[in-house]
Amino acid sequence: MKVTILQFPGTNCEYDTEHAFKALGADTEIVWHKAESIPADTNLLVVAGGFSYGDYLRSGAIAKFSPVMKAVSTYAENGGKVLGICNGFQVLTEAGLLPGALKRNDGLHFISKHHTLKVINNDNIFLEKLNKGDVVNIPIAHHDGNYFIDEDGLKDLYANNQVLLTYSDENGDVKNPNGSVDSIAGVCNKNKNVFGLMPHPERAMESILGSDDGIKMLEGFLKA
Amino acid sequence: MIKAIVNVSLKMGVLDSQGKAVHHALDSLNFSGVNDVRVGKQIILKLDTDDKSKAMSDVEKMCEDLLANTVIEDYEIELV
Repeated sequence: MKVTILQFPGTNCEYDTEHAFKALGADTEIVWHKAESIPADTNLLVVAGGFSYGDYLRSGAIAKFSPVMKAVSTYAENGGKVLGICNGFQVLTEAGLLPGALKRNDGLHFISKHHTLKVINNDNIFLEKLNKGDVVNIPIAHHDGNYFIDEDGLKDLYANNQVLLTYSDENGDVKNPNGSVDSIAGVCNKNKNVFGLMPHPERAMESILGSDDGIKMLEGFLKA
Repeated sequence: MIKAIVNVSLKMGVLDSQGKAVHHALDSLNFSGVNDVRVGKQIILKLDTDDKSKAMSDVEKMCEDLLANTVIEDYEIELV
């Protein structure tokens, strides 16, 4: 199992992500954004969190034109599995690989704290180790995490089971920290091979650090 | 040389939290009679051409590709 992790100028979660996947037994490689291809043996491509290009213009807007992104699109079109975490989610929406967009949080504050999430759909490789309705405790850390999609787009998401996770309270009831449409925290594409979420499962790998619920999420990718 | 002024703002119907906060601040400063506030950004480009229609089509392409995210934003282009 080989996990390739992308690194843009301003990415800052690549080593946490590497540590998390190594702890689960995967081989990892960090690839600089100037690369024009990704390693051929890649089983999972992760666009890690951070502040690519300082979030200038819009979060993820400039990263989408980095040389490596052409290879990412090709990889995804050929069915390769792609996971975008936080800034990675923003990059994937900007690149058109995931529907919707991430806006400034409604409260205008940067939010950094543990938050509970509810599993909405698990018929995908990312969340298949969890059950629908499960509540997981995963840290969030973002300024632009306010997910937006228009009404038609939202209908499509539900029709295809593309809504993965919503922000909730500990009982799974609605609790929306940032103004996201329907409290959406993570989505996937129609083909269910490109995943994006604002919360950081790679930061929830050890209970002594607050939560190990991230293991069940990232493990889903490792069965291959 | 043509100067292009691009104004990018959130689409109507997309909640503009910054605009709302500014509106609230104006209210608390007793500036009454403000019905709505929208906050956007302005991008000023100096273009190496004198051909207005070329400038317009170039800048439109720039907006579609990079300067605006048309999922949530509208843009207006002014050439001077």
